[in-house]
Amino acid sequence: MKKLLSVLIASVVMCAAVLTGCGTATSESGSQAGGSADSDFIVGAIYINSQNDTAGYTYAHHHGIVTAMENIGLSTDTNLKIIDNVPEDDEQVRTAIEQLAGQGCDIIFGISFGYINAFAEAAEEYPDIVFCHATGYLSNDTNFNNYFGRIYQARYLAGIAAGYKSLEIGNNDIGYVSAWGTEYAETCSGINAFAMGARAVNPDAVIHVDEISTWGDQELERQAAEVLITTYGCGVIAQHCDSAQPQVVAEEQGVYGCGYNSDMSVEAPNAHLTAPVWNWDVFYQLAIETAMNESSASEFFTNIGGNYYGGLTEGMVDIAPLTDNNAPEAAEAIALARDLMVSGEWDVFSGTALSFSGEAGSVTCDLVPQALVDNEGNEIVAAGGASVDDGVIQGSMNYYVEGVVAES
Amino acid sequence: MLEVLTLFLFNIVIYSIPLLYATCGEIMVEKSGSLNLGVEGTMAVGAIFGFLAGCKADSLPVAVLVSFITAALVGAIFCIFTITLQANQNVTGLTITTIGVAVYFFVGNGLGANWPVYRECTRLVSGFADIEIPGLSAIPVIGKAFFSHNILVYFAVIVAVLIWLYFEKTSIGLRLRAIGENPGAADSLGVDLVKYKYLHIMAGSGIMGIGGLYMGLNMGGTFEGSNCWINGYGWIAIALVIFANWSTTHAIVGTFVFGFFNTLRVYNMPIATTFPNTFGWLSKVPAQVFSALPFAVTLLVLIVNSVRSRKTNKSNAPTAIGVNYYREDR
Repeated sequence: MKKLLSVLIASVVMCAAVLTGCGTATSESGSQAGGSADSDFIVGAIYINSQNDTAGYTYAHHHGIVTAMENIGLSTDTNLKIIDNVPEDDEQVRTAIEQLAGQGCDIIFGISFGYINAFAEAAEEYPDIVFCHATGYLSNDTNFNNYFGRIYQARYLAGIAAGYKSLEIGNNDIGYVSAWGTEYAETCSGINAFAMGARAVNPDAVIHVDEISTWGDQELERQAAEVLITTYGCGVIAQHCDSAQPQVVAEEQGVYGCGYNSDMSVEAPNAHLTAPVWNWDVFYQLAIETAMNESSASEFFTNIGGNYYGGLTEGMVDIAPLTDNNAPEAAEAIALARDLMVSGEWDVFSGTALSFSGEAGSVTCDLVPQALVDNEGNEIVAAGGASVDDGVIQGSMNYYVEGVVAES
Repeated sequence: MLEVLTLFLFNIVIYSIPLLYATCGEIMVEKSGSLNLGVEGTMAVGAIFGFLAGCKADSLPVAVLVSFITAALVGAIFCIFTITLQANQNVTGLTITTIGVAVYFFVGNGLGANWPVYRECTRLVSGFADIEIPGLSAIPVIGKAFFSHNILVYFAVIVAVLIWLYFEKTSIGLRLRAIGENPGAADSLGVDLVKYKYLHIMAGSGIMGIGGLYMGLNMGGTFEGSNCWINGYGWIAIALVIFANWSTTHAIVGTFVFGFFNTLRVYNMPIATTFPNTFGWLSKVPAQVFSALPFAVTLLVLIVNSVRSRKTNKSNAPTAIGVNYYREDR
């Protein structure tokens, strides 16, 4: 009985401590969010993997936040609070947010899709803190937005490189190792844009997609790349998955490849063509500066222009430098397509297709009205029609375009 | 047409061999009466140090030796805690997994750009290259699938058979099994329990380490910040021990069954398209089913074994597994 009593007392005391802790945290951060003083602006970040990663998704974000803060002149030692290795579990994300709020964070970034509900709730609970959530779809019109990039634009450019390579080696079969397929608009739009880029150069190209149904499994990524090469005879291997295994396999088997996330020519010096990459610092700098310069967190959503979806124009996405493994025409064609997208004159998922012709040194690019058709023959956009909505690219795209074959 | 089948079988072997090493190692550990849940961490340590040493020396034997020794040292840590200090085996094992994988990342991240490039270590690469067994490798389908592998594949099978012989045909093996069944009885017969346990747990852990090294080499030796080579295989091995009913020769079959489903996850489509009439249905099975099946089969084997052992009173599971032996408790 005595034992029970002491346990009871202990838990009451603990609860009280936690509650008061939360209370002070909120008010503390509340007083800070309004200030425009630079040195006491605290950035919080919640990562899915470790901040010490040397490659991959978390690394890209961490690198982006650090770069942004250095550009602004904020110390990453004192003004950056990180909680890493937080799984996509509402309870754990909530705890991480509470911790960061308690440390006086003025803005909190969450980088993984599954943080979405906890972030949406926290944004209501802490109106004085700015919340930004990557890859999600929720937001409010005050202190909570979501951010992502038009990585499909970079994939289109990588597709051009793959297309020229397929022409050069005389092999129309191109492989694509993908974490997921039509289940997620992110993977689906990436595959489609890549296929369209490749087929703008080589209309006979076929993109074989091997979907491994998981975000991270090196072993499966490796095996999928092997199947694409040995069974389907693919001569170029592209990827939308975490590890560099598909490129390592391409190197071993003497074929070519387009990586993802980072310049994978380190892993595959003789195989790698280019890779779509993210420059997350572009958004992070914008978000931190916006939050620093406003008088109240509630203005954030308006000041930053709503949800963020930057592309080649903003520099949010790009491709890694083209390696010497590329076909001679690739660099020129990519530069032409890139200019069209940077200027906003043309975008990938529209009723206008690009058509490249000419030898290296005199590559030309024509804009041709051409219907956007899925691989079952359904018309998505009529010839000459405008681009599909961003909402489709980010959320509802669930079909493959012409030339894509699902192999799993 | 048969090429798809050949590739399928070939891949089952090369991707599941690490499981055989890990399972054999864990069987040796468990036969001595200890349950080591640290397989994953032990493999990770053996993998990274074996690989780094192998690259440095540019030699496969060095890689194998170092992976064995470093993993055996991890086994020694397990021994110190559970045998000498009588700590809980489950907790110690889990700790070893956590620490082992952490050491893997610590060393890998620490090396950063100094990480060795595997493909430039030519002698190590050629040491790990496929060897075609003359005659046998010429058999259609099976020849390529089973008799043209790297040396560590053949070595794994040899190790499995040798351990079986060791347990069944030698007096030392018999004494070891006695410790796992009834340490008190073994102790009263004058078997040096501590020595036996230390040596066998270390040897078993060392074998796990070779499995880890194999995975690193098979992945082309690239270190990636947030992915560990071992990829959960250590946990699968613990399930495989049960599947194999604590027999290393059964483990060869068990490894193949696990590998079968794992590889089918990737090869379901090629097989379905090559044999549309017979296997067309494979294309409609969700990938997750293939991942789950081995464990469903393990469950089934567990039930069958327990029913059978109740009838015949004969199970291979060491009776004293997981229980620390303390002489004064007798």
